[in-house]
Amino acid sequence: MTKKVYLDYNATGPVLPEVLEAMLPYFTVEYGNPSSVHSLGQDAMEAVEDARDKVAELIGAEPNEVIFTSGGSESDNFAIKGFIQSLKGKKSHVITSAVEHKAVLESTRFLEDNGVDITYLGVDKSGRLDIDELKRAIIGDTRLITIMYANNETGTLFDIPSIGEIARDRGIAFHTDAVQAVGKIPVDVKRDKIDMLSIAGHKMGAPKGVGAIYVNGGLNPRPTPIIHGGHHEFNMRAGTVNVPSVVGLGASAEIAKNGLKKKGEMLKRLRDRLEAGILERIDNVQINGDLDNRLSNTSNMSFAYVEGESIMIDLDLHGICVSSGSACASDDISLSHVLEAMGVDPVIGQGTIRFSLGGGNTEEEIDYVIETIPKIVKRLRDLSPLSRAK
Amino acid sequence: MYSKKVIEYFENPVNVGKIENPDGVGRAGNPECGDTIELYIKVVDDRITDIKFKTFGCAAAVASSSMLTELVLGKKLDEALSVTKNDVADNLGGLPERKMHCSNMAEDALRLAIEDYRNNHGSKKAAD
Repeated sequence: MTKKVYLDYNATGPVLPEVLEAMLPYFTVEYGNPSSVHSLGQDAMEAVEDARDKVAELIGAEPNEVIFTSGGSESDNFAIKGFIQSLKGKKSHVITSAVEHKAVLESTRFLEDNGVDITYLGVDKSGRLDIDELKRAIIGDTRLITIMYANNETGTLFDIPSIGEIARDRGIAFHTDAVQAVGKIPVDVKRDKIDMLSIAGHKMGAPKGVGAIYVNGGLNPRPTPIIHGGHHEFNMRAGTVNVPSVVGLGASAEIAKNGLKKKGEMLKRLRDRLEAGILERIDNVQINGDLDNRLSNTSNMSFAYVEGESIMIDLDLHGICVSSGSACASDDISLSHVLEAMGVDPVIGQGTIRFSLGGGNTEEEIDYVIETIPKIVKRLRDLSPLSRAK
Repeated sequence: MYSKKVIEYFENPVNVGKIENPDGVGRAGNPECGDTIELYIKVVDDRITDIKFKTFGCAAAVASSSMLTELVLGKKLDEALSVTKNDVADNLGGLPERKMHCSNMAEDALRLAIEDYRNNHGSKKAAD
């Protein structure tokens, strides 16, 4: 296979051709500043507002509840730090999970260093949260619950409607990092009683460096900006709007909305084919995550007796791009924080590979991976002192 | 991230396997928390005449193990002991800083294999 087989869509993906086409005029022709009063500026503003409508429609929000940002990390930082900041030093407690993205975990750690109490909820072997444990963690000072929509490593989906219900009942703000979910599955912020929701453009066919945060119009207080300056984005996020990328985000939201169901089914078929093919050909493999409730594009597999990074590099030498769930660094190989929180056996978990599929993948590519990976795992197992059985 | 040489030795490592009835065996690392290497040596007249390894670990660990075996094969034991992790890394065209422990592990395994040989055969000689 001469073309790369790209199975790392949870990391990022290509800008869709239709998205790029929609963006192009805004670099060189429609280059106005949406804050300018003249016609060129007003045209740019119109394009930004059109994109806002499309993003809002994708998640069931009102357009004035969507604020454009530089991406998922900024959205998470704004929601978490900005919301706690808005409480002006009031004693605060935040509930999150141990398996969040670093953008969430490092934001809560920053708050912790500044005197905010944080509860990190654990997960079970399948990566699921215990809703009763979440309820028990709530105390009088709990101001914010931030739980991801779908886990980036295993694809495990969290029970967002139940968490939204619990938070709304108790008057606690609820943020969800939905970077891996939006554009892959239907998301409805009103139905699920979500107060803040993070979106990243490059996970859904828009460019890197653009994203959005939904902020419920009724959320009180409003999160304090973390980037100060002009009156852009309803005074919530200063900085001249990245018009071409925002237009791209809008275009990708529209495409996602129209193709969600069909694409989800297509990806599930390919993912299931990949898993069945691998399980049939290789023994001592385990699939990590909640197999009944996960993103249809994601498969997280552990190959016993071999190390994940070496599988990843060998796959790369065969033109296949994936991620590994462990990093052999400093003086030990450490499991990812997600696998560790799930209690995955370290001897097995060190051989973890994440396959994440996207719209560009074909059955032919999946069959090539199914053909290639047994040879790689066999070679590495032959090299390994751990697989004495063979 | 990796040099061409690391990739070359990862793809086609030399001296992989086990030696039946080795004169010395060295094990380094820990499968619970990291890379593991097993190193087997044959010694004739104080010289390493055969060496084989098995490694569980990343590409750097495999390449370092292989390079070390190549560097010490045919050497006198004391010469072999003077080969350092930096020699291994240099011969691989360099290793990323956070992967230097991989070459360290290979060096540890060799030291243990030579110790093992000297413990077994030193006492044997005395008994003879």
